[in-house]
Amino acid sequence: MLVLSDFLILGAVLFCLSIAGIFLNRKNVIILLMCIELMLLSVNMNFIAFSYFNADITGQIFVFFILTVAAAESAIGLAILVVLFRNKNTINVEDIDSMKG
Amino acid sequence: MQNIYLTIVLAPLIGAIVAGLFKVSRRVAHSVTITGVAISCLLSFYAFKHLIIDGGATFNETLYTWMVIGDVRFEVGFLVDNLTVIMMSVVSFVSLMVHVYTIGYMHDDPGYQRFFSYISLFTFSMLMLVMSNNFLQLFFGWEAVGLVSYLLIGFWYTRDTAIYANLKAFLVNRVGDFGFLLGIALVLMYFNSLNYAEVFGLAEEQAETVIQIIPGVDWSLMSVMCILLFIGAMGKSAQVPLHVWLPDSMEGPTPISALIHAATMVTAGIFMVARMSPLFELSETALSFILIIGSITALFMGFLGLVQNDIKRVVAYSTLSQLGYMTVALGASAYSAGIFHLFTHAFFKALLFLGAGSVIIAMHHEQDMRNMGGLRKYMPITYITGLIGSLALIGFPGFAGFYSKDAIIMAVGHAERFGSGFAYFALVLGVFITALYSFRMFFLVFHGKERMDHHTQEHLHETPAVVTVPLMLLAIPSILAGAIFVGPMLYQGLFDGAIFVHHEHNPFHADHYHGVVGFTLHGLMGLPFFLAMAGVATAYFLYMVRTDIPAKIQAKFAWLHQILIDKYGFDRFNEWFFAGGARKLGSTFWSVGDVKIIDDGMVNGSARVVAWYASIMRHLQTGYLYHYAFAMIIGLAVLLGVFVLSGTA
Amino acid sequence: MTKIIFYLFALILVFAASRVITVRNPVHAALFLVLAFFSSAAVWLLLHAEFLAIALVLVYVGAVMVLFLFVVMMLDINIARTREGFTRYLPVGSFVGVLILVEMVLVVGAWKTDESATLSTVTAPNTESLGNLLYTVYLYPFEIAAAILLVAMVAAIALTMRTKRQTKAQRPEQQVRVRREDRVRLVNMPAEPRD
Repeated sequence: MLVLSDFLILGAVLFCLSIAGIFLNRKNVIILLMCIELMLLSVNMNFIAFSYFNADITGQIFVFFILTVAAAESAIGLAILVVLFRNKNTINVEDIDSMKG
Repeated sequence: MQNIYLTIVLAPLIGAIVAGLFKVSRRVAHSVTITGVAISCLLSFYAFKHLIIDGGATFNETLYTWMVIGDVRFEVGFLVDNLTVIMMSVVSFVSLMVHVYTIGYMHDDPGYQRFFSYISLFTFSMLMLVMSNNFLQLFFGWEAVGLVSYLLIGFWYTRDTAIYANLKAFLVNRVGDFGFLLGIALVLMYFNSLNYAEVFGLAEEQAETVIQIIPGVDWSLMSVMCILLFIGAMGKSAQVPLHVWLPDSMEGPTPISALIHAATMVTAGIFMVARMSPLFELSETALSFILIIGSITALFMGFLGLVQNDIKRVVAYSTLSQLGYMTVALGASAYSAGIFHLFTHAFFKALLFLGAGSVIIAMHHEQDMRNMGGLRKYMPITYITGLIGSLALIGFPGFAGFYSKDAIIMAVGHAERFGSGFAYFALVLGVFITALYSFRMFFLVFHGKERMDHHTQEHLHETPAVVTVPLMLLAIPSILAGAIFVGPMLYQGLFDGAIFVHHEHNPFHADHYHGVVGFTLHGLMGLPFFLAMAGVATAYFLYMVRTDIPAKIQAKFAWLHQILIDKYGFDRFNEWFFAGGARKLGSTFWSVGDVKIIDDGMVNGSARVVAWYASIMRHLQTGYLYHYAFAMIIGLAVLLGVFVLSGTA
Repeated sequence: MTKIIFYLFALILVFAASRVITVRNPVHAALFLVLAFFSSAAVWLLLHAEFLAIALVLVYVGAVMVLFLFVVMMLDINIARTREGFTRYLPVGSFVGVLILVEMVLVVGAWKTDESATLSTVTAPNTESLGNLLYTVYLYPFEIAAAILLVAMVAAIALTMRTKRQTKAQRPEQQVRVRREDRVRLVNMPAEPRD
């Protein structure tokens, strides 16, 4: 019989993989965005698991909204990426340091 | 009566406004101000008749409420009783004389209209002061006369000495006013009212109250309050050590020296203490303090008159000395004698000042007595009035000053207060000194060799009528005022209800009074009379017979002479300690407080701290996206770690 | 049975996710991400979240990932440069990942849950109950979500659209501001010598 912990640990593994991904692919903005999607996926996983095991559908409502916001976020993120590439001709994060103090 | 009192106050104000704020001709300026003051004077005489002769009721009403804060009401109101009405009459009469006299004295001055505006404004302020029925209005009048005094001392504002003198007068008066204001604040704090009647009514209840200003030391509330109020009087009435401004105030035109710095304003302190007698009577300490200050002033300021050569300064020091007499009278609980002396002194001192002014006009603004002499035959009216004034001042029997001064000396002789022995000695010796310097001046100016230069001598003549008529008018009360008023004022209870004296303190009991003649005869046998005569004789001997002796005395007692010339070093001390100290304090505050702490420390310092902090913090802002991401992730890891290790694990 | 299915899809999910972060080519990474979404949709089905599982496939796989692929292919990316330092950061990356994983497992392990009631006991269809809740209690947040999507769309378009001026119109404010120097050029010409 599956228990809540199984799903939570699966979510945790996913989350940590995406964190490691951010560390490893520190230069490629596209992969970074993908890692963020993975991270959100793991969070959604947790929500749905809690929703199931608490017999409360509200958790799924949350996932619904997170999906919405994540879609919007990736759309804008990619748009920014396109503009960035158009202006700097690169997506290498190391070349983007105009926020330097 | 209310409208009459209101008119008395407002008529000079209207005159001052017309003369001061509108561009009017000289003729209009002096007509309108003299009319205003004349109205005041006549109505004051009417009020005098109404209250004193007809025995009319005391007027005590509030005319206007300025503001109300909680239970405290700030009001404008008049309290007109016998004391007030005498002050009103003196102020408006002397002021009227001075107004008329000014036409002659200021004839050629470009600031003619301004001068009339100022003296009318002064009359208004002084009347507000004396007619007030509450502390606030008293303070208003107090400050207003101070302001006008400042303006008039610096009337010739292009002279450095005048500017210096008026600044000095203002600053010294601030010291006194500070005490005065604190005193009023104490009154307000403990009585919760500013109205005289209410405060005096409650005074008895607070007689035993003690307060702690320095923790652990109990002071009687009444003593502190009265001494603070008296410090105000010390500033205004030029008592040692706040007297230093008065001699310098002679930089102003002579008419105002007569009006403000001799006859009226400087007596405001005396009047105030007399008005507050229900408070002062409750504090033996404060009265002793007053007694000692007054006697020091009376004696030591008299000495200074002996060495002055400026005719106005001699009169100025004699004013100081006479103010000391009045103060002593207050200190001896002989308030009525103080007011009586104030009353007579106002006439003969104004007379002497105006006489001195007349001499100065004739001498073409020469004020040094060493360049005068023998003016008797050129200026007969000034001579006679000057003689009357001097006799009144030294207390020659029959003249006004005799009665008031004798009364004071007698009262002090009866007083059994701490310091009264010294005060009695000082006053009696003061009589001799007064006679000596008065007649020194008199002989130097009017008798003896004619020491002026040839040019001046040719033009010497009696001054015009606008000058001599006020002299003559002032000479009349200088002779008569004493004899007429000695009975009512001192013995027959003219001031009952206005001045409050404990029965055992009161030196004047009606059963001791045997009429004017009796009083005069009694005075003729007294010590003061012989001392005064001795003073006159000494002056005659030194300055008429053996004119070489004064120089020898001066050479022999050079050190003493130097001390007197230095005026006991008060000025030097003030300049060194207060002026220099304040300047040093200021420059210290400037260099340390302002430049170092505020500018360098707080303003530039905070900017520097921000810049320094930012220069460190900017290294954290690399601009690389992944650095920010790392920061977040590491933060998450740390938070989780803390959570795991501390709570649930 | 469900346990086997769960572990199967969980394995696929973890594998796909780890490939996402390790492959060289972003196109491959996107495709592995698609795989990850698919397998997590399967896991969600196990949790009786039918609607969301379908929505995940439709929205993410169908729309978002296509967008990703589109961008990856459109942009001319130097893959070699973006891979620099990958091995250098492998240890620290794995360390931080493992650290957080351990911490999370510790947290989860300490969790005491009551598992008597699950969603499987609820009889109403998932989509129906979700819709019921969404259109009643969460109506306003739902509207806001719609607005967010609209704003995101507008923003994305506004950011990426190259504005090309295609209309012809006068600019009065510039015309008014014109100065003489902008229009007139004074040329100094020497007079021609008279013959």
